[in-house]
Order: sequence, then structure tokens, then C-alpha cells
Amino acid sequence: MIDALGTPQSLLLLGGTSDIGLAIARRYATGRSLRVVLAARPSDRRTAAAAELTALGCIVAEVDLEARDAASREAAIEQAFAGGDIDIAVVAFGLLGDPEQAWTDPELTVELAEVNYVAPVHLGVLLSNQMTVQSHGRIVALSSVAGERVRRSNFVYGSTKAGMDGFYLGLGEALRGTGVQVLVVRPGFVRSKMTEGLDAAPMAVNPEEVAEATVAAVKEKREVIWVPAPMRFVMSGLRHVPRPLFRRLPI
Amino acid sequence: MVPLHGWGRTSSTSAHLTEIESISGAVSALRSAEKGRGVVSRGLGRSYGDAAQNAGGTALDVTKLNRVLSIDAEGEPATVHVQAGVSLDFLMRTLLPLGLWVPVLPGTRQVTIGGAIAADVHGKNHHSQGSFGNHVLSLDLLMANGEVQTLTPDDDTAPLFWATIGGMGLTGVILGATVALQRTETAYFLVDTDRCSDIDDLMARMSEGDDAYTYSVAWFDAVSRGKNMGRAVLTRGNKARLQDLTHKLKRDPLKFVAPSFGTIPEIFPNKMVNRITAKAFSNAWYYKAPKHRVGELQNITSFFHPLDIVAEWNRVYGPNGFLQYQFVVPFSEHETFRRCVQLIVNSGHVSCLNVLKRFGPGNPAPLSFPMPGWTLTVDLPIEDGLDSLCNTLDELVVAAGGRVYLAKDSRLGAATFAKMYPRLEEFLAIRREVDPEGLFNSDLARRLNLH
Repeated sequence: MIDALGTPQSLLLLGGTSDIGLAIARRYATGRSLRVVLAARPSDRRTAAAAELTALGCIVAEVDLEARDAASREAAIEQAFAGGDIDIAVVAFGLLGDPEQAWTDPELTVELAEVNYVAPVHLGVLLSNQMTVQSHGRIVALSSVAGERVRRSNFVYGSTKAGMDGFYLGLGEALRGTGVQVLVVRPGFVRSKMTEGLDAAPMAVNPEEVAEATVAAVKEKREVIWVPAPMRFVMSGLRHVPRPLFRRLPI
Repeated sequence: MVPLHGWGRTSSTSAHLTEIESISGAVSALRSAEKGRGVVSRGLGRSYGDAAQNAGGTALDVTKLNRVLSIDAEGEPATVHVQAGVSLDFLMRTLLPLGLWVPVLPGTRQVTIGGAIAADVHGKNHHSQGSFGNHVLSLDLLMANGEVQTLTPDDDTAPLFWATIGGMGLTGVILGATVALQRTETAYFLVDTDRCSDIDDLMARMSEGDDAYTYSVAWFDAVSRGKNMGRAVLTRGNKARLQDLTHKLKRDPLKFVAPSFGTIPEIFPNKMVNRITAKAFSNAWYYKAPKHRVGELQNITSFFHPLDIVAEWNRVYGPNGFLQYQFVVPFSEHETFRRCVQLIVNSGHVSCLNVLKRFGPGNPAPLSFPMPGWTLTVDLPIEDGLDSLCNTLDELVVAAGGRVYLAKDSRLGAATFAKMYPRLEEFLAIRREVDPEGLFNSDLARRLNLH
């Protein structure tokens, strides 16, 4: 149960090795024996993440999740909820890919679409089915400002995020009154393993900043946030820039 | 599904709310809940946290089980057999004309008998007369197997009886109880009031003088710092006898004075209770009290239940709600107690309704809150940083061998709770025996792992 001060008892990270996801887990780990379920591919990174959270006092379970495999997604959700109620589930995985290859190499296009859209949408439905039974819980979807106005420079990635963002906003509406709430988080450029080697965009943030904003938003029961917060106004402006001008912008 | 919350209006969750009006209704509600997420009884919703919430499961509304079944006014002691949904307010109105008095009254009369038992509530007379459970002669419990058992404190049903006292509704559905009553000549109190300059002055006076009074409680200032820190108003009293009343009051000595100034509207934003308003309130409360006054006649409401004058006063805290932190530490830990007061005062979190009291001996119930020592209650609006204040207080309380009151709690973690209640395993063993499938469940039970 999430207590009166917003502290959860259990946390499910779908994408159990995500930098942002783990930063969220660390924030919630302080002082309580938090139950954490890390759903990800078996890897050294997952083992290390589990060890780190255990050292912080968490009770950690590792669950295998192959994002592109529907049966694996179903099994992961079932295993996660078999251990008791899940208070907060974070859909944290995603794939950036090389933006030029992404629209020219059909295999990579499909992979991006499956990992960034099909899998989150499927998992969203599985999560909401489980959480409506328990009548409480929060689903946190890590979206991106890239989906808010899709740009030429990474439009395959942007389009998948646009799709999943829309899905989770809609899911939040559909779940009103059930006791389950959805939070969509739209970070700008995040310095993480996903963006390693890329030049940081203006207003870039660290995973810790995204985690801090997410934890605060869960507490305040917000439905959508931008990180950093002023990004909201930047994107609001960009949404209304006419196409001929928009394509000339260096973004 | 109905969203339910406690008096603090925090962490609301949805449950099926089923009204029960009879024992057979309760049995069939249990049957239909068997495959789901369990059942918890709900009375008037006065516990502050999640005790009477059951996310995704069933909450049994017992407030229609509201009959006074029998009164034995001649017995020694006088007794009353009531259904669980009867409120203390209604019970007092029924009993007072007969010269009978409910032995333990918490800070509000708007609680049910079932809730009073399940939380083992206490009042201003704890140091002299114990908590509610001490006065229960028997109780009727609907168990997970569908049977109704009558439990008493001293035969072979005693373990389940005491597990149910303070058991937060997790041993079964309390359907009714027989309660021992006191006799009274009047519905008034002879009250002595003293202003105390600081917390040490207050604690010294309470330690020395409390035994001369049946009722004793202090309000203290948790906002002012420096030399005014912990300044307090100590009110202590005894039941007035007929000869103590004025001529006017003698005409109707058992009058139940319960004025109502209406309901607080739902218009308050968050942060209405802040440093400025709290300071104004604290000054007013302190200076309106006389420096030293002896033998003032007060009625039930002004002495016991000043907050009952307005309904829904919790709305003052705004939509974010508030929590109440009540703890007790043994008398020997008065230094810890002072540190806790200091921490609260210096924390930047503001609290207006601060109550300090000395507890007497506890009772045999494994999850009962009171134990001999100092207890303190503060009301804190939900704000950033409140969790770290509460966690720090928890640590001090645990280290001192003290505990936090479940009827007020909305945020303890399971591990801390287990340290505070050393007889938890004893309670859980009884619970597992009478409810092996875990039919009785609540948000509080999930939060504290009471399985």
C-alpha cells in the first residue's frame, strides 16, 4: 500500500536495468523494506542492480522479461503480482537506435515499434487488469518529449513514443474511478546509457532528476509531467511552429 | 466500488461497501467475499489512516447494527448489551437519563462500539480507569467460519477476546458487546485548570498531581519556540456530584449538553493550517485559559469533546489531508519524550491540536496501545519532509521501548511496527488459527503485514 505520505511498499520496474527506473527505486528505497521486482533480460547489469538495491534494504525479486515476446510479457506480469500487490509499476524500457538506420533498415524499424510501442501497450493492459483487481496502484509510463512533436531527426523513435504516450494518457482516463492512476513522464534529453555517446541537447537532465520529479508527481497524484518542468513550455511552443519553419530548426 | 478514506483523508482506495443490518446479512456478506480480497468492518470512519479501508475487497458498514439490546441498571456493575454499530454519542444519550455513564470516552463521541473495541480506545481517565477493553465484559464475534462466538476476558475464550480488543477488526466482525457502566449523579465535571510555562513544568505537575483526579489531559503549544516552547494548559477534573451543581443546573443534572455549530464546508485549500494560523490559534488557546482556576463546572462537550461541536472539522486541512502522530514511551524515558517534543517544535511542521497525557497500566490485549508512560498526540498537515520527521520520531520511540497508536497511524512500515509491538507474533498466531485463509483483511493489514 502507498501510505499517507506517498511511500510505496512495492515497486515493479519493467525494464529492470533502466537508469531512470533504478534511480526511482533508489529514491523509494530509503528507510523502508521496499519490495522491488526487477523485470528485465537476465544480465550482469540486472544482477548488479539487484545486489545494489538489496544492500539498500530492499527485498528484490528478479523476473525475466523479453520485451518483444508476448508470452514473456504475460509471464513477467504474472510472476510480479504473484508475490503480492504492486503499488507502483514503472514502464521504463525503451530503445533509441540510430535514427537514420531506423527509417531505412526495416528490421530496426520493426524492433523499435515493438519495443517502444507494442510491448508498453501490451504491458499497460496487463498491468491495468491486475491493478483494477487490487483497486489501488500507480502506473508510471516513461514517455519522451520526442513524442510530443515528432521531428525529422528521430521520427521513428518519436512516433513510437507518441503512440505509447497517447495510449497511457488514455489508459489513465479509462481507469478513473477504479483506484488505479497513471502518470506519464516526458523527459527531455536524459544523460543515460541510452544516450551514451550522443551530444547532450539543451536542458539535458540526469536520471536522478527524472526520478526526483517522478516521485514528487506520484505523491501529488499528477497525470503528466515534463522533466525539466520548463520543457513543458518549450514543447508547447514547438507544437505550434508551422512546418516550413519547424524543418529549418536545428533540432 | 466506493472510494474510502480515514479521518485524515489520505491514501483513499476503493472497496465494495456492504451495509449489514442483521447477523444473517453479515454471514452472507462474508460468504460472498470469500474468493476476493477479504473483508473489514467499517463504522463511522474516525480512525485516521487505512484501518477501515480494504482496496478491491469488501468493507462491511456496521452502522445499521445500531440497537441497544438490553440495559441492566440495577446490576453491580450496571451493564449494557449493544450492537456494534451503536455510536458512543447515541449510547450516552440513552444511558444518561438512567444515571449511567460510559466508562471510557475518546476525543470524539462519533465512534461505534465496534470501533472502540477494535482500536481499544482510551480517554482522559486512562491513568485511573484504563482503556475501553478493560470495561468489556463479553463480545459477540462473527468468525471466518461463519459462526458467532461469545468471548469473555477470563475463560478459555480469553485469548481470542484479547486479540480482538485492539485487533483492528482482523479477528472477525464484532457484532455486539456487553459493557460495564459507571453510575453518575450528574453530567457535569468539576475542573481545575492550570497554565504551565513550559514542558518541564507541565510534566512535573502531572507526575505529582494526576492521582487526585479521575480525568487529566494537557494541551501544549507545539509552534512557539524559545522560552514559550511547550507551554501548556493542564485540565484535570472529577465527576461532579449533585451537591456540586448550581441551583439552575440541579433542575436537570443529567442533561446531555451537545451543541452543534454546523458542518465545516469543503472550501479549505491546502496550507490553511500554517505557521501563522497555528501561532494565532496557539496564543488564543493558551491565553483564553485561566492561569489557575479550581472547581469550575463544565459540561460533557466542553470538557470532553470540544471538537464535536463542529462536524467534519478535518476539512480544515484541505484536500491533501493530515495525519495524527500519537506515541507513548515509558515514564523512565522522559528525556526521549522531551526530545520528541523538541524535534516536532523545531521541525517547521505545524500542529495545533497537541495532547499530552500520562497513561496508567495497559491491559492483556497483545495489540493494545496504552502502556504506563507519557503519550503525545500531534496533528500534522501533509507536507514535504513530514516523512523524515515521522521516521526520526519512530526511531526515538522504538529505541525507548515505546509505540505508535494504530487507530491514528497511516504511514508506519511493517518492520518498525513489529519492533513497537513485541507481542505481535502472539496476535498473529491467534489470527492464523481463527482465520487461516486471511478472510479478514484491510489496507492497514497489508501495509503492516498482519498475516
